Amino acid sequence: MRRVVAAAIGFVSIAAAVTAWAEPPAGAAACSGCHPASARMTSPVPRLAGLDRAAIVRAMQDFRSGTRAATVMDRIAKGFTDAEIQAIAAWYATQR
Amino acid sequence: MKAGRREFLKLGVAATASVALFPVPAFAQGAAPRVVVVGGGFAGASCARALRQADPRIAVTLVEANATFTACPFSNAVIGGLRELSAQQFTYERVAADGIAVARTTATAVDAAARSVTLADGARVPYDRLVLAPGIEIRWGALPGYDEAAAAHMPHAWRAGEQTVLLRQQLEAMPDGGLVVISAPANPFRCPPGPYERASLIAHYLKTKKPKSKLMILDAKDAFSKQRLFQAAWAELYPGLLEWVPLSKGGNVTSVDAATRTLVTDFGRHQAKVANVIPPQKAGRIADVAGVADGSGWCPIDPVTFESKLQPRIHVIGDAAIAGAMPKSAFAANSQAKTCAAAVARLLAGATPSAPKLINTCYSLVAPDYGISVAGVYQPSPSGQLAEVAGSGGVSPAGAPRATRAAEALLAEAWFRTITDETFG
Repeated sequence: MRRVVAAAIGFVSIAAAVTAWAEPPAGAAACSGCHPASARMTSPVPRLAGLDRAAIVRAMQDFRSGTRAATVMDRIAKGFTDAEIQAIAAWYATQR
Repeated sequence: MKAGRREFLKLGVAATASVALFPVPAFAQGAAPRVVVVGGGFAGASCARALRQADPRIAVTLVEANATFTACPFSNAVIGGLRELSAQQFTYERVAADGIAVARTTATAVDAAARSVTLADGARVPYDRLVLAPGIEIRWGALPGYDEAAAAHMPHAWRAGEQTVLLRQQLEAMPDGGLVVISAPANPFRCPPGPYERASLIAHYLKTKKPKSKLMILDAKDAFSKQRLFQAAWAELYPGLLEWVPLSKGGNVTSVDAATRTLVTDFGRHQAKVANVIPPQKAGRIADVAGVADGSGWCPIDPVTFESKLQPRIHVIGDAAIAGAMPKSAFAANSQAKTCAAAVARLLAGATPSAPKLINTCYSLVAPDYGISVAGVYQPSPSGQLAEVAGSGGVSPAGAPRATRAAEALLAEAWFRTITDETFG
C-alpha cells in the first residue's frame, strides 16, 4: 500500500516537472463535472480539493465495493484501479 | 472594442510568425505558444479555461459568434414550462477574465498547412494547435420536407434558444385534446436520452395542464438510452398519455409536411397539433471546412489527445467528435475538454501526453421530482477507441424507491449549476 502511494505521488511530481503545474492524474479532472472546483459553489456534492487523502481513498473503495450507499459513485468508482484512486486522492489532497 | 481586437490579432500574427519558423516545441523559442479554440460551448469554453490553467504561458483565443451561450441540458424543462430560458444562459465575461481572448465572430476557414484560422472579417489567426468544438449542425434536407423554413412550424429545439421557446409556445397555445408528436432520429445524435426526457417533461405538462392530450414518439430506432427506466416511469406516471413507436412498429419518419404538421412513416401519416422534429445531425460546419469530418459527418480522433485522425495539430472535442463509447453529452464534452487541454499543453511543451481516463454522467428528468442517470468511465482501448472500462458504469437501479428518484432529480440540478459554473462562472 505504502509503495502504491509513493508511486502515485511520484507520478504527480513528474507531471508537475514537465508542465510547471500539478497536472491532475488520469481521471481526476473529470470529477469537477459534479464535484465543484470552486469554493464559492454550494452543492449536495462535496468539493474534493483539500480533502484528506485517506478519506478520499476510503470513500472510493467503499463506493466500489458497494459498502457505501451511492447514486452514481458506485458505478463510477468501479472504473478506477487502486493505483488510480491513490493518485487522484493524493492530487486532490494538495489542491485548494 | 473592435479596434482593440484588430490590434490584438495583428500582435498575434507578428508573435506567431516567428514561432512558425521553429515548429516544435513551441516553448523552446521563448514565444508564447498559441492555441485557437473554435466554439464556446461546454467543450470549447472548458478547454480554453483548462489550457490557461494547465499553462498560463499559452495564448488562448476563443472564437465564438454568440455573446450569450444557451445551454441544452435542462432546456427540456423550459419546454415543459418548469424553467425559464434565462436560467439556461451564460456569458463569456469570466472566461475572458482568465486571460482568454474571446473573438465574437465566426471562423470561416482553416488552413491546416499554414496553421491559421480565417475569421468572418477576413483576419487570419495563426495557431500552434487548433481545437475545434463546433457542436452539431442540422442535416437540413436529410429528412425530406424538413428544412430551415419547416423548423419555424415544426421546431427541432435541438440547439437551445429561440427554437426552445417556440416549442414551448406551441404547446401552450395547443387546445386540450391535441396530439403532440416527437420524431427521434437514428444514432448518433446529440444527447442520446434527450428525446425521451423531452417526451417525459412534455407529458408532465400535458398531464398537469391538458390531460385529454396525447403524446407520440416516432422513433427511427428500436432501442434507446435508459430505455427500461424511462418506460417503467412512463407506465407509472403517464399511462395512456405517452406512446413510443419504435422503428419495427413503423416509427421511422420518412418525410414531413410542415404546412399541415404531418409526419409520414412507412406505415402511415400522423397529423400533429404540435410536432417536434429532432432531425439527423452532423458535426458543426467548421469541421467539414477544416477537413476533419469523415464520410459520416463526424470527426475521428485520437483517444489520448483528441487530435484529428485526418489533419495534424487540429483537435476535435465534444459532440462533433467520434469519441467511441462516450455519448454526445455536456458532461462528456467538459471531460474531453480537460483531457484535450492537458494533452495540448504537454505537446506544446515537447512532452508526451499521458493516457487519460474520462467520465460521463448524464441525468434525465422524467418528472420534476423524478431523476434517472447513466454514468460511465472511459479509456483508450488497444484498438485506439475510447472504450468503457469493463465492469464500470451503467444506469440507475430499476425498481428504486421514489426517494432515490427525487435525490437524482436534485443531483441533476446540482450538476447543472456546477458544470456551468466551471465552464462559464
